[in-house]
Amino acid sequence: MKRLSTIIKLFLLMGISAAVLATSGWAADDNVLMMATTTSTNDTGLLDYLAPHFNKASGLELRWTATGTGKALELGKNCDVDVLLVHSPEAELKFVEEGYGIHRTPIMYNDFVIIGPAADPAGIKGKSVAESLAAIMAKKAVFVSRGDKSGTHNKELELWKTAKLTLPEKESWYVQSGQGMLATINMAFEKKGYTLTDRGTYIKYEADKGGQPPMVILVEGDETLRNQYSVIVVNQKRCEKAKSGMAQKFAFWMSGPQGQMLIKEFTQNGKQLFTPNAK
Amino acid sequence: MDFLFQGFLQAFKLLLTGDPETYSAVAATVTVSSYAMAVSLLMGIPLGFALGHFRFPGRRAVRLVVDTMLSLPTVFVGLMVYALISRQGPLGQMGLLFTLPGIAIGQTLLALPVVIALGATTVESMDANLRTMLISLGAGRRQLLLGILWEARHGLVEAGLTAYGRVMTEVGIAMMVGGNIKWHTRTITTAIALETSKGMFAMGIALGMVLLLIAFFTTSAASLIKRK
Repeated sequence: MKRLSTIIKLFLLMGISAAVLATSGWAADDNVLMMATTTSTNDTGLLDYLAPHFNKASGLELRWTATGTGKALELGKNCDVDVLLVHSPEAELKFVEEGYGIHRTPIMYNDFVIIGPAADPAGIKGKSVAESLAAIMAKKAVFVSRGDKSGTHNKELELWKTAKLTLPEKESWYVQSGQGMLATINMAFEKKGYTLTDRGTYIKYEADKGGQPPMVILVEGDETLRNQYSVIVVNQKRCEKAKSGMAQKFAFWMSGPQGQMLIKEFTQNGKQLFTPNAK
Repeated sequence: MDFLFQGFLQAFKLLLTGDPETYSAVAATVTVSSYAMAVSLLMGIPLGFALGHFRFPGRRAVRLVVDTMLSLPTVFVGLMVYALISRQGPLGQMGLLFTLPGIAIGQTLLALPVVIALGATTVESMDANLRTMLISLGAGRRQLLLGILWEARHGLVEAGLTAYGRVMTEVGIAMMVGGNIKWHTRTITTAIALETSKGMFAMGIALGMVLLLIAFFTTSAASLIKRK
């Protein structure tokens, strides 16, 4: 009998500790807006700069988790976040079409650039995107891809396709990093290779290197290189707990005069990172 | 490689100037690992003791399962816990995703097998004569158990420290379940991962030093118990 009572006590103890652990999670705050976003909006410092302004204007606290656009959309599908700030138009339209999100609002854009070592081993400087990719392929120069279904990765896949080249997935010179943008730029630098990046992250990288970056912009300005960021509200019809009303407020604020002006005024090293373009 | 040296310097600067971001990450790490350790010690020591002390059918199979769990990959645990506490998951109603208790659940799963397995090994390896001696001294059932537990204390503290090391240093669960949210669920390890991915190597090294410093204090405190 003694043994039994010891066992019962034991389970009681486990139950209590589990309960303590669980209840402490219930302190969920009502004015917290949870967002999933891409690495570029976080790594450049844009969100750190915008969040306090948004808090002052709305009284809402913005919290975000920075992942690739692919995972951000997945978090939205699983109802784990209330709002998204992402940059992969095709995937976004599909997301909205399938009923996961509503009110996709274009907020701002910058552009993608192809960067590489100043020595430019494949000689792509000043060429068009299609010519550059063909030259990299012909020279078998190292190209570092994000390889993570992020907005930048999706754009890169689109560029190979538009250039009518087969994706060099299994070639040894085509490296898939599976990491965020800044990590990928650093990897490309170590391997003396090329990579595709959004200009915002590149300017941040340039500023971190004291304005003397070892990786330089070689290809830019091509129409296909546009990089559009949008806010999407997670659909409350599918996700009962999603705070769609608050998410809506965030979308309005970002596309409204104050958000747009703040985005325009956000600089690194004296350079503007994003161009506001909400309608 | 001057970032190594810079990192060491920066570690002291962060701590001495009271850098709020660093202290927020320290607080998150300490909170989460305390939760996880409290639960896994409360559950793990009795279970480990039972597994090492009592002889029951299927004991070897249980032992094998526990030992296998020592190899649980942290990202895998992170993914499982995510599936469990995502709003679409079975425990979705509790709102545990992107919270410190959420991370603690995952880390408990990581630490519990360590405490059980090492606790059981300690009790198993106790001198067989101890039992006979205690009984001959007239120990009752309860006194017998407490006596063995007392003699096993060194091994149990060691088990706790090993588990603590696993919890403190893991990054997969904290990243997957916590989401690395600044001021809230950013732990020291996820902060290191972030700084490294941003190419801020010195900052990463500095945070690593901070983590080691916390581990030093905890281990020192635990060794006081052992000395008695």
